[in-house]
This record gives sequence, C-alpha cells and structure tokens, in this order.
Amino acid sequence: MSTFTKAVAHMRSSKTVMISGGTLLAIAIVALIGPWISPNDYMTTDFDRLFQSPTFSSMNLFGTDDLGRDLFVRTMLGVQVTLVVAVVASVVSLVIGVLYGATAGYIGGRVDTVMMRFVDTLYATPFIFFVILLLVVFEQNFLLIFVAIGAINWLDMARIVRGQTLSLREREFVDAARLIGVSTPRIILRHIAPNLIGVVIVYVTLTIPQAILIESFLSFLGLGIQEPQTSLGNLVSGGALQIEGASWMLLIPAALLAIILLSFNFLGDGMRDVFDARQSR
Amino acid sequence: MLRYTLRRLLGAVPTLLLVIVLAFLLVHAAPGGPFDDQRVLPAEIEANIAAAYHLDEPLYQQFLRYLGGVVRGDFGPSYSYRDHTVSELIGRSFPVSLRLGVLAMLLASTIGILAGIVAALRQNSPLDKVVMGLAMTGISIPVFVIAPVLVLFFAVKLQWLPASWTGSQGSSRLLLPVVSLALPQIAYVARLTRASLIDVLSSDFIRTARAQGLGTAAIIRYHALKPAMLPVLSYMGPAVAAILTGSVVVEQIFGIPGVGQLFVRGSLNRDYTLVLGVVIFYASLIVALNLIVDLLYGAIDPRIRRR
Amino acid sequence: MKLTRLLLVIVVSLAAISLLVVFCGGPQQPSDGRSVLNRALSTEPESLDPQKGRSVQAADVLRDIGEGLVAYSASGELIAAAAASWDISTDGLLYTFHMRPEAHWSNGDPVTAQDFVFGMQRLVDPATAAFYAAELGNVVNATAIVAGDMPTTELGVEAVDDRTLLVSLLRPTPYLLSLLTHPSTFPVHRGSFEQHGDAFARAGNLLSNGAYVLVEWSPGSIIELDRNPHYWNNQNTSIHVVRHHVVTQEMAELNRYRAGELHTTSTVPPDNFAQIKAEYADQLHIAPTLGVYYYGFNLTRPPFKDNPVLRQALSMAIDREVLVEKITGRGEEAAYSWVPPGINNYEPPQLSYADLSQDERNALAQSLYKEAGYGEDKPLQFELRYNTSDTQRRIALAVQSMWREVLGAEAKLVNVEFQVLLDQMREREATEVFRSSWFGDYNDANTFLAIMQSDSAANMPAYANDNYDTLMASASEQLDLDRRRLYLEEAERDLLADHAVIPLYFYVSKHLVSPEVRGWEDNILNYHYSQYLSLDATE
Repeated sequence: MSTFTKAVAHMRSSKTVMISGGTLLAIAIVALIGPWISPNDYMTTDFDRLFQSPTFSSMNLFGTDDLGRDLFVRTMLGVQVTLVVAVVASVVSLVIGVLYGATAGYIGGRVDTVMMRFVDTLYATPFIFFVILLLVVFEQNFLLIFVAIGAINWLDMARIVRGQTLSLREREFVDAARLIGVSTPRIILRHIAPNLIGVVIVYVTLTIPQAILIESFLSFLGLGIQEPQTSLGNLVSGGALQIEGASWMLLIPAALLAIILLSFNFLGDGMRDVFDARQSR
Repeated sequence: MLRYTLRRLLGAVPTLLLVIVLAFLLVHAAPGGPFDDQRVLPAEIEANIAAAYHLDEPLYQQFLRYLGGVVRGDFGPSYSYRDHTVSELIGRSFPVSLRLGVLAMLLASTIGILAGIVAALRQNSPLDKVVMGLAMTGISIPVFVIAPVLVLFFAVKLQWLPASWTGSQGSSRLLLPVVSLALPQIAYVARLTRASLIDVLSSDFIRTARAQGLGTAAIIRYHALKPAMLPVLSYMGPAVAAILTGSVVVEQIFGIPGVGQLFVRGSLNRDYTLVLGVVIFYASLIVALNLIVDLLYGAIDPRIRRR
Repeated sequence: MKLTRLLLVIVVSLAAISLLVVFCGGPQQPSDGRSVLNRALSTEPESLDPQKGRSVQAADVLRDIGEGLVAYSASGELIAAAAASWDISTDGLLYTFHMRPEAHWSNGDPVTAQDFVFGMQRLVDPATAAFYAAELGNVVNATAIVAGDMPTTELGVEAVDDRTLLVSLLRPTPYLLSLLTHPSTFPVHRGSFEQHGDAFARAGNLLSNGAYVLVEWSPGSIIELDRNPHYWNNQNTSIHVVRHHVVTQEMAELNRYRAGELHTTSTVPPDNFAQIKAEYADQLHIAPTLGVYYYGFNLTRPPFKDNPVLRQALSMAIDREVLVEKITGRGEEAAYSWVPPGINNYEPPQLSYADLSQDERNALAQSLYKEAGYGEDKPLQFELRYNTSDTQRRIALAVQSMWREVLGAEAKLVNVEFQVLLDQMREREATEVFRSSWFGDYNDANTFLAIMQSDSAANMPAYANDNYDTLMASASEQLDLDRRRLYLEEAERDLLADHAVIPLYFYVSKHLVSPEVRGWEDNILNYHYSQYLSLDATE
C-alpha cells in the first residue's frame, strides 16, 4: 500500500486538509468525551428548568431544551449520531458503488451497457420521494436511515468508479493477472478496487456532507431518529421552532452542523487537490 | 440526432414502467388506507367508499386499471381532494413549482458561475477564499433554517416582503422562496465552475492563446468558458433533483400551492393516485431533462455525439 | 459566442425580475373598498361538497357557504336558520320543521323542504360514499339505506310541501338539532346537481344557501368566498370577501399573522408561547373546547389485558398539572374524566384519585405497581406509540420520564406517522400504549361515551364491558333528560374505574384575532361563522 502512504504524506503537506481534518477530529473527540465528563445525561428531564440559557451552574453549557434536558450532552450525542449516520451511509454507498461500478467497468460490453442503463433508470426516479415512502412504509429506524441515504448516494459513486475502471482495465498489471488465470471477482477486488482508492476517498468526503444534509431533511419531516436519541439535524429542526424565544437551541447545533459540513467539504477539496497534483506529475 | 433522440425516448418507456410498478407497490404497502381517520367509519360506509374508488378489487386489477388510465393520460381521481382529479391538481400546481424552480436555477447559476469565475481568476488569493467561503456557508445551512430566518427578518421584523404566497399577489412573494431554494445551489455551481475553469486555464491550448497575446478577458470569453461549462451543465440534472427536494420544505413554509406540497399531503394521507401521479410526472420530467442536457452537451462538445 | 450571450440574457432577465419584485411588493389591499377577511385553515378540506366533506376544516368552510335547518349563534347557542321554527312530538320521535320563506339559493331560487330531503337522501346513498353517512343513524331506515338494502326514497325524511319537512326517528335523540347543524345535512339544489353531477360542488357550479358563495379554490393555498346577495340574512352580514388560507405549519401561521397577512389564526404554536401571551395579550383567545387528549391501552394483549391494577398505577403516576402547565402550557385543563366539563346536561364523574395530591398518588401508584408484580428487579417494559408531531413528542417524553421516576417503568418511545398509528390502533397487534384524542361532534356526552361501547368502530382500546353497554343502551331509549343523564354518568363511572384509557388533558381552542375583527366570541364548539364577524379599519 505504498500509494496510500505516499498520499498520506502529501495530505500532511496540505494546509486545507490539515485544518479541516483537525477540526473534524477535535469535534469528534469532544463529542465522544464530553458526555462522559458532563454530570448530566441526555434523557433526564427537569420540569423546573425548561429553556435555560447556557450557564455554568449545573454545567448546562449549551442551555436546556423544551423538556429541561441538558443540551450540551444532547448536542454531543447529536454530533456522534450524525457522524455515524453520515459515515456509515457513505460506506454503504461506497461498497455498493465501487463494486457495481468496478464490475460494470471491468466486464464491459453488454453487461456494462445493461448495468449502466439500470443506473440511469434509478437516476430518473425522484429518489427523495421514494425515501419518504420507504420511511413511511417501514417504521423509521436507525438502520433504515443509513440504507436510505446510502441508496441515494451510490449512483454517482458507481459512475465515477466505472470511468476509472475502464482505464485501469487496460493497464499491464491487470493484463498480467488475467494471463496467469486470476478469476474476475478476484481481479476486481484485489487489483482494481485498491487502485481506485484515491478517487474514492476524495469522493466519499464529498458524499458525507450530502448524507448529513439528507439526514437533517428527514428529521425536519419528522422521519429521522427516534427520541430520546437525537441527531444534529433533529436538534436544528427542533431549534428552528425556538428562533426567538430560545435562540441557543437553534444557533449552537446549527453552527456545529455548518462547521462539520464546511470541514468535510474543504477536506474533500483539499484531498482532491493533493491527488490531482500527484496525478499531473 | 433525431434517431438518437428517438432511441432515448423509447428507452425511457421501460424506465417509467419500472418507476410506476415500484411506486405502486410502495404506496400500497404503506400501512393505513386513504380513508382511515380517528373517527373510524362503520363497516358499511367503509365498504361504500372502497367500492366507489375500486379499492375492493384485487391489487393486480387495481394496477391494470390504473395503468390503463395512465396510458390514456388519466391519472384518476384524488382521494384526499375528493372534488379534484390528479391531472387537474398537478396541472394547477406544476406551473407554480416550475416558476419557482426556474427562477431558483437562474439565480443559482448566475451568481454561482460569476463567483466561480472570479475565484478561478484570483486562485488562492484572499478574494478567492472569501468568495468560496461565503458560497460554502450557503450549502452548510439547511433550507428549513434559512427560510424561517428570512421570513422572520424580512417579513415580520422589517415588513418589506410578504411572509407567504397568499400575502401578496405581486412577484414579491417569489423573492424569499426563490432565495431560500437557490442559496444551497450557488455553492455547488461556484465550486464546479472554479474547478473546471482552473483546469481549462492550465491546459495547452489556453497557454497557446496566451502566448499569442490574447488578454485574460478575451481568453475567458472565447476559449475557456465553453469547455469549463461542461461539468456545470452536467450538474443541472442533480440540481433539479435538489430543488425538487428543497421545494418540499419551501412550499410548506411559504404555503406555496406547488407539487411538493401535493406530494407531502398525498403521502401522509395515503392518497395513492396523487402520490403515483406526482412520482410519474417527475420521473418523466427528469428523463426529459436528462435528454435535453445530453443534447445540449452534444451541441457544445461535438465529440460527445459519437454514439 | 452563443454562450456568453446566453449568460448575458440570464443576467439581464435576472435584473429585470428583481426590479419587478421590488416594485410589486406590499401586502395586497382590496381595490374597491370591499372588506376582506383573511382567515387560516390548519388543514385543507378534502371536499367542499357538503355530503363529502369530513374534516373539521371542511365543515368550517362549509358553514360559510351553506346553511342547515338550524345553526349556531356567535356564542355557540342553537338558533333557527333555514328552518324558521320546529315542533317536536311528545314521544320525541317526530320533528316537524317549518321552512323560512325568505331563504334563497345564490341563483335566486327559494330553498325548499325538498332540497333538504334531496341532500339528506344523497348523504345516506351508498353511491355518494359519504363519510358522515351514519350521522342520521337514528332516522327511520337510514342504516338499511347506507347498507344498500333499501332505496334512498325510504329515508324517514319527507317534504309535506315546499315549506314543511318531517323527520321521523327510531329513538328519541336529544341531540338531533345539533346534528342538523352539521354540513352533511345541508340541502342540495336538485337542478344544479342534475346539471353538473358530482361536479356540482366545484367553484363556479356550487350554489350556496349560506352567507357566502365559493369563488375559487386553489388547492394548497387558498379558498376564496364572496357575498351571496340572495342570502336571507344578507343585510346583517358585514364582510364582503372571505379568504380561507391553508397554513399547515403553526410557526408559518404565526409569522403570517404578525406580518399582517391574517386576521385570525387557527391555532397558536406552543413554542415561545409566553412571549406571544405577553405581546398579544388582547388578541389571544383561549377557550375550553370539546376534546380530550388521552393515552389508550391495548386491552387485548398482555401486559395490560385484564390488568386494571397496573393500568391504574400508570395512570396515577402521571402528573397532569405539570403536563398542562409546563409542557402544553396554553391553558389546557388537566383531565380526570373522559367527558370534558361544560357539556350540556352532564356533570362528568371524576377518577377515584382526583382529590389526592400528586405525592399521595405517586405513593399509591408505587404500591399498585408492586401489586401487579413489578418492581426494581422486574421493571415493566413496554412501547408508547405516538404520531409524529412536536407536541406529541414533548408529552410522550415528559410522561416517559414520570413513569421512569415514579415507578421505574421503562416506556420505549416509538413515533410513527399518523396514518400508520391509526392502522396499528385498529389492528391491535403492535400497540401497547398509544396516543390518541377524541373531539365531540355535537354538544352532548353521547358523542364521547358512545365510542367506548364494545361494538363501536372508534373504540381503539377495545374496551368491552357489558354493564357499560347496557347503561348506554338504556340511556339511548330515555326521553327524560335527567334520567338519561344518570345512565350516562353511571356508564362513565364504569369506564373510569376500569382505567381503559388515561385521559391527560382537555383541549382548548387557541386563536389570535386581530383587533380589527369585531364580533368574535369564544365558544365551546369553536365555530366562528364569518357572517358574524366584521372589520373595523380604524384600529
């Protein structure tokens, strides 16, 4: 995996990548440790302390919500959940997208045409409508949200991977593997997939923000995660109702959401620049 | 070109059929029927209603009846608007959604392309960072936050603009919804324009042009812009999808009688025909748009037309 | 180059649009001095065909564009409407209505007894597939006609002549007059129906015998009404144009009200209510209404089947005062009975523990919980299902934490979309405890108590108690109001003692009403006919 090590070395030289990556890492660490340190938990209600603004007393650093629950812990939990949803959804789309795209690109010919026509078909369906229908039909649960979001995002991934595979297929090392009788699935998994890693990583960091936004959209429609669990999207859509009375309920989670989205976007851009620079040399 | 278009249109038929089957099965799999309510109906009334809408027939028969209707251009009666047909509802609401969507696209592409060009020309300068930073902030705030904040400031506090669709008959009622819809798209367009323009500007033929003494403005105008627009153009498909999604939220917040609101009401009330009608309508629209984008692509870049 | 030109065109058109936008601003004013009332509807009506409407909102609009034999006054009293007067036979089984001679349709035709017969026959006609077909269940032959076993002409409603209408009943129905205020019993102009068929209720076709006529219905947005010059009471109607705006989001509704685009709202959001209360004290109207918010048990499955002790423990552990003060907080009243207070001819009995303090209730709840076989080592675990909505979410979370703190019982929250919840309540497979509510159709305890009869379709908990059914049957045969009332109250006592449901609170109606609006009176039915309102622009 020397290509990968080299890539990492390159990334460390990019300021954008370092700053955005560092921010994300810091947020993730605080989100993991914060609830553990805080004296409060995410589900205990306190009917005498509804809508408290942020305060150090009793450590309600981000204030309390409409049920007197501590918003610091809830926001940290929301960050955790949002990151997990986004990463897992992106991994789902990555696995489906890479395998599908690589298979279509490697086998080529008629199979490629049929597989890509299927992708075109899915492109034509108003996907968000199907996701809403899916979530209505099956009671919304955590897993389904991942699947729904992953199902939207794998299409782009498949197209990009296919394109890359078409050119990889013609390379010598693939020819060599074929000549010594390596089976097709093995070539795709062992020889094609690893060489797609650069494109795929860049693309995944760009898919994650989309997944986060879709999750928050579903939360707005009330189709998100079940209470008392929460996500950033959930907190933001709940806070949007309190813009005037308890602005911290909106501002803090919205700011965190924005920072996370920005960081992922910049991270993706930065990594693309790194890979582009490497390729053009 | 004509044969290509025809072939693509023909290819769309199985696509649409698949969409119809999927959507039909999904809406019918959803728990609850279109006429369920807290006030549960006595059995004989329920039977009368089921009979009136053919809901007492076996599913395959309902499907064939529906498909037969669709082929004849009849999307059936709406269940949640008992006085209206689905075709009529979509026919009334689509022009509204279209107007909103087109304006949002225009706004997003104009500002996005201009911002992208500016950023690309001053690559890595503070100006680039500021423009792109602003654009990125646009993507990072969900529509359902932007829209109420805009309403609160411009309609409630300042009272410059109407808070809703029915608050005014003039075009001013379009402004806030269009801006809410366009903001997130501006960033995508700007990023794409910037990236592809930088790419094009560093290519050999531009260097040649520069060597011939052409000014930057002329280079952009006559050589760089056209190839740089290709990725932006191909983004228009996903952008339309994104605007459809956004319009579900925006239409609810501003009370706009568009297709997104119809869909939400339809799916919440198990209005099978209305949901199916909207899905089929949008699927056809996306197929048509993809075709148009591909044709445009071909017009701009003749190399694409090889197939 | 084509592309730059395209870009130029885009920029120019955009500039043009923004100019247009800037100069066309401002809320719309009526140009000709005609007064316009802007009202809000929280849900769009499914139909403005009087026999096909179903929702409360459809009825709200239909009361503006049609009129029944009887109606309500601004304060919610029954008054004569299309019928000028009526006589009731001594056995309470025959009602004779005398039509108002000056009543006219919006095309000038007189409103006759035959029009009412036609409307009511259409209501019970299976071909109409009306939701409210059971409304006339106590009228002779109605049930058989709905079931398709008899022609509609057999309905016990007949026109003796143009001005006299007879309604024959199977059993005395003290609330018959309230039923006849409902739009499903409104008349239909036969000529218009024969001309247009089922499209007779469309804007442009619909003939109105009420104060307003339907001008336009733009789905998802607005329903516009104009004055009916032929309405018999036209000279006492003030507002010229009524616009019912469809506003599904509470927050959006509030913003529109504040921006001056609405004169009245359909509700007031719970968020930030304290500030609204302070800022709009004189415009805020909160009034009790006929609705109960409850949690129901699935009585067909363990752990709640045949377990009244456990049900009572859960019911007692909920601090309703905290719920209504801190969580819903808009003047709702804590519920210790099933039938709301303030209903005609009725005094609801109270839950056995209503007089205890919450601490005493908690202590008792804990011992009942142990008696039912649960405790720290064996906590009760079950699901609480509610439909997706912010209010529902908050109440569920608060109740969940009360159960956890007082009893140690673990309720898992499951929010599903409303239509799914309805389905699950009826199937009685997935539900254990569920959130629901009931709103009275008319001002009589029967509208609440009848749904808990074992054969009622709306009996979500599947409550079945023979004694209850017998008491209800006895009440329905009673002509004497006081004796009828005793049966009904006895029935409710049974229902409460069995803890089949946990009533949490009674709803209130919540409106913001602009100071310009005159004639608005709060009433328990929450009916606000546009014809009673007027606008005073001097405010």
